Amino acid sequence: MKVKNIALAVAGLLSVSSVYATEPTNQELLDMLKKQQAQIEALQKKLNKTANKVKQNDEKIETTVTVIEENISEKVANKTTVGGYGELHYNNIEDDKNIDFHRFVMFFGHEFTDSIRFFSELEVEHAFSGDGKPGEVELEQAYIEMDLTENTSLKTGVFLVPVGITNETHEPPTFYGVERNPVEKNIIPATWWEAGAGFNTRFSDGLSADFAIHSGLKVLTEGGKSFLIRDGRQKVAKANADSLAYTARIKYTAIPGLELTASYQLQNDVTQGESGADANLFTAHAIYNSGNFGVRALYATWDIDSAAAKAIGRDVQEGFYLEPSYKINQNFGLFARYNAWDNNAGDSVDTEKKQTNVGLNYWPHENIVFKFDFENRSGAQDGNGFNLGVGYQF
Amino acid sequence: MAFLTLLLSGPSLMAKSYMSQDEFLLLVIQNNSTQEASAPAFKTKTIWLKKEIQSRIKSILDHKYAKLRIRYKISLDHAEPITVWYLDEIGKERPISFGISVKNNRVQMIRVLEFRESRGYEIHIPAFAKQFEQIGLNNNENLNQNIDGITGATMSVSAMKKMARLALVLHKTVITKQNTKKNK
Repeated sequence: MKVKNIALAVAGLLSVSSVYATEPTNQELLDMLKKQQAQIEALQKKLNKTANKVKQNDEKIETTVTVIEENISEKVANKTTVGGYGELHYNNIEDDKNIDFHRFVMFFGHEFTDSIRFFSELEVEHAFSGDGKPGEVELEQAYIEMDLTENTSLKTGVFLVPVGITNETHEPPTFYGVERNPVEKNIIPATWWEAGAGFNTRFSDGLSADFAIHSGLKVLTEGGKSFLIRDGRQKVAKANADSLAYTARIKYTAIPGLELTASYQLQNDVTQGESGADANLFTAHAIYNSGNFGVRALYATWDIDSAAAKAIGRDVQEGFYLEPSYKINQNFGLFARYNAWDNNAGDSVDTEKKQTNVGLNYWPHENIVFKFDFENRSGAQDGNGFNLGVGYQF
Repeated sequence: MAFLTLLLSGPSLMAKSYMSQDEFLLLVIQNNSTQEASAPAFKTKTIWLKKEIQSRIKSILDHKYAKLRIRYKISLDHAEPITVWYLDEIGKERPISFGISVKNNRVQMIRVLEFRESRGYEIHIPAFAKQFEQIGLNNNENLNQNIDGITGATMSVSAMKKMARLALVLHKTVITKQNTKKNK
């Protein structure tokens, strides 16, 4: 375009010259042409210079944008991460009314390299801890994870035992019901963390396994709570480590919406030398989501090889639950859950406890949930009522 | 002994690369080459993420996209234009890279190119990714079909759904612009 303009200008100059000059001599014409040629060359030079400048500016802009984008990306993908979740509950069962900020949890993580990272979870339970206060401050996770190969990683430190559904995934927006299910709470016992080392490996897409060696339970051997699994959690607080535990899990997730998992744990002595009691935990669960429908089912059983446990029926402790659900849309979901468990399943007396919850979740945002459910207790316990809750994660 | 060998051999790469951008593009080309239609040729173009586009992106991601522009591939060889997008989104802690092709305002194909999270790798399994094929947007710019999730991978699944929505919105934006230009 610019060259065209120059040509027009030259043509214009020539025509102007022809109007005003009277009979130029050949020499004058030659001089004029030389002069004009010099002007064209000067303009061409300028044009080339401008084109070069434009190219250089493009390169500068490209470099600047790339650097800005890299800086933005670095800020977004910070090596130190913070997250958390929390839940406030209101329980009204048989006129026993409680309001409780049940859990306030903070996650802190740090990525040392692409293959070595740290993860931790610090929890305040029941809002207020101290002597005679209802709450506790708990370090539930603090481990270093190293990728050994593309498919195998090693965790070392305090971590959640790979058993059940809610033990590892328990952020409030991820499950139905204000309170976590009582089967995993009283039998597994979730939330359950120990210290040790654990491997995770993927055999193929959707088939993975875990194996962990870690500290174990120390159940009471006297009193009303003797051999109760949940009360055996030492929470890695100056824990007795005379007898370690070994946990293995296999998980199948190759079909969208389906998860099939089984875990087995062996502990040589759940009394940590007090009276000697081998114990085995077996738990299996299935989760299936298809369209708006979902269902979760879990079974767990402990077998404790101890005469003292057998005498009070606590040599077998087991339970199961079944939870169908229906998601009306992305904001609302309905569920029903039937739970049955028995911490004295080894005796001949019917000591099974049952609990049915029916309710709904409302997610105004995918990471925030409001919950409501009716609760009916039966079997070796009774009571009716309802629960309200709000939870979040980030 | 095997564990000891693994430990001594030292950590390897955490990020799992499933596919490069070029391999994904090749897959899209193969997918669109039939006996009736020849292999489409793609050109690289850039969409600058101006205020208006970032505001639409924010309504999908809950945050702005951490780039000033997005380079994409476009082919106008067939009756319906095809666009290919390479997009990143954090699942829980680390970015996941996706390749997404869009045709006729529907997702043709979505693949996890690189996965860096420690949980939720199952989203890369073809059977899971297949759920996104032919999915479009409803009036609220949400996906118009349900995606069956993965327990324990909620945030990775959520990141994949958001990237599918983003690719569909960006496709619509560039095709509308293309058509407006053509009609002038």
